[in-house]
Amino acid sequence: MLRHRVIPIVLLDGYSVLKTIKFDVRRNLGNPIVVARVYNSRNVDELILLDIDASKENRGIDLHTVNAVASECFMPLTVGGGIKTCADIARALEAGADKVSLNSVLFEKPAFAKEAVSVFGSQCIVASIDVKKGQVQKYELYSHSGRTINFSLEDALKFLIDSGVGEILLNNADLDGLMSGYDLGLINYVSSLMSIPLIVAGGAASPADCSKAIKAGASAVAAASIFHFTSITPQLCKEEMHKDDIPVRL
Amino acid sequence: MITVINLGTGNIASVSRALKYLKIPHAVSDNPGDVSKSEKLIFPGVGNFFEVAARLKALGLDKLLKDKVLGDKVPILGICLGMQLFAGFGEEGGGTEGLGFIKGRVLRHRASQHGLRLPHIGWNDVRFGDFKVFSSINDNSCFYFVHSYEMITDEPVTSAFSNYGVDFLAAVQKGHILGVQFHPEKSQEPGLKLLKNFCEGRF
Repeated sequence: MLRHRVIPIVLLDGYSVLKTIKFDVRRNLGNPIVVARVYNSRNVDELILLDIDASKENRGIDLHTVNAVASECFMPLTVGGGIKTCADIARALEAGADKVSLNSVLFEKPAFAKEAVSVFGSQCIVASIDVKKGQVQKYELYSHSGRTINFSLEDALKFLIDSGVGEILLNNADLDGLMSGYDLGLINYVSSLMSIPLIVAGGAASPADCSKAIKAGASAVAAASIFHFTSITPQLCKEEMHKDDIPVRL
Repeated sequence: MITVINLGTGNIASVSRALKYLKIPHAVSDNPGDVSKSEKLIFPGVGNFFEVAARLKALGLDKLLKDKVLGDKVPILGICLGMQLFAGFGEEGGGTEGLGFIKGRVLRHRASQHGLRLPHIGWNDVRFGDFKVFSSINDNSCFYFVHSYEMITDEPVTSAFSNYGVDFLAAVQKGHILGVQFHPEKSQEPGLKLLKNFCEGRF
C-alpha cells in the first residue's frame, strides 16, 4: 500500500536555512547541510530544499549546497529556487536533485512546464503554487516577486496538469509560519480538481494537523516551522497518522 | 568494473552517489567501449520509454546491450525505466520496442482504473519472499517509487510485487537479468543493501 509522505521543507536564503512568517519575517536557522544530515538520520520520507530569494535576485540555488546535501541523503530530494531553463534543471539534477520545484517560471513562461516535462519526465517536475485569499475571500495565486499572475487557481491547476507535471506543491501563503493548522477547505477543494499527487504546505502545528490534511485529500504533507521550532519530528507525525489509520512508513 | 549506463536523463548522479557511499568502484558512461568492458551493468532510467528507447538506438547501445547481456551473460540491474526497457514493448510515448530481455509489455499503471492518482509516487512495501537480491532486507520493507507505467510479464520469471490499486511488478529476475521498478538509490537502508547485494553478486 502506498504510504502518505511527511516531507520537511528546508528554506534557504542563499546559503543559510531560514524560516519565514507569512513569507515575510525571517529567522536564521544555520547550516543547511547540518539540517539535512539530521533529517537523513531521522529517515524522513523525502526532503524539499527551496531557495526563496533565488528568483527575486535572479540567480540559481547554490549547487554546492545541493551537492553537499545530496551526498548525505539517500532519500528523494526536491530542489527549487530560481530554476527557469532546462539547463538549470539539468544542473540541479547533476548536483543531486531528483526533482525540481518550479514556481515563478510556470506563469512567466507558460510553455516551459510542458517543455521541462518532455525533456525530464513528469516525475521530475513539481509545480509549486502559492495561494492567498483575495479581497473577496476568493483564493488567488500569489507571486513572491509581486508580479500579477493572470490565472485563476482553477485555470492554473488545469494548465499545470495538462502540461504533465508530476506533482503539485500547494502553499497557503496566508498561513505560512503561523502554525495554526492547514487550510482544510482549500486542500479539499484543490484535491477534488486533480488526478496527480498533491503535496500541501503552510500551517502545520501538530501531528493531528497532518492527519486532517490527508483526510481532506492531500497525498503528502510538507512543513517547515513545526520541525524547526518545536520538538515535533516527522516520525512523531507519522505515528499519529498511523493511529488514525493512515498508511505511513514508520 | 561496474558501469552505470548514462543516458543523460534523470538521476544518474544519485545512483553514482549511492555507490560511492557504499565504496563500490564504478564508472558512469554512455561510451560503448566502457560498456563492453564491464563485468556488471547498472541501467538506471527516468523519463519517457519512447524517447529513451530511441536514444539507446541512436547511441548504438541497444545492440551492444543485447550482445553483452544475452550473448556474454553480463549481469544487469535495470532501475525504474531501465527495468521497463527490458520488456519487448512499451506503450508510453506512442508505443515502441524495448530491449526484449524479458517477455512482457509496459502499460499505463492500472491504478488509474481504480480512481487512484498517477504518477505512483512515494514509499510502498514490496513482497519479495526469498528473492536473493533482497538478502538481509526484511520482507515487506518500503522502497521509493515514482512511475506511471508498469511492466506485465508474459513468461515465468522471479517476481516481487507491490500494491497500488492492483498488485504490480516491483522487481523481476530472469537469471542474470534483474530489474526493480523502485529507486534503490533513494530508498535509504533497504535500497542501499539491494545495490550492494547486486554489486557483490548476491542474486
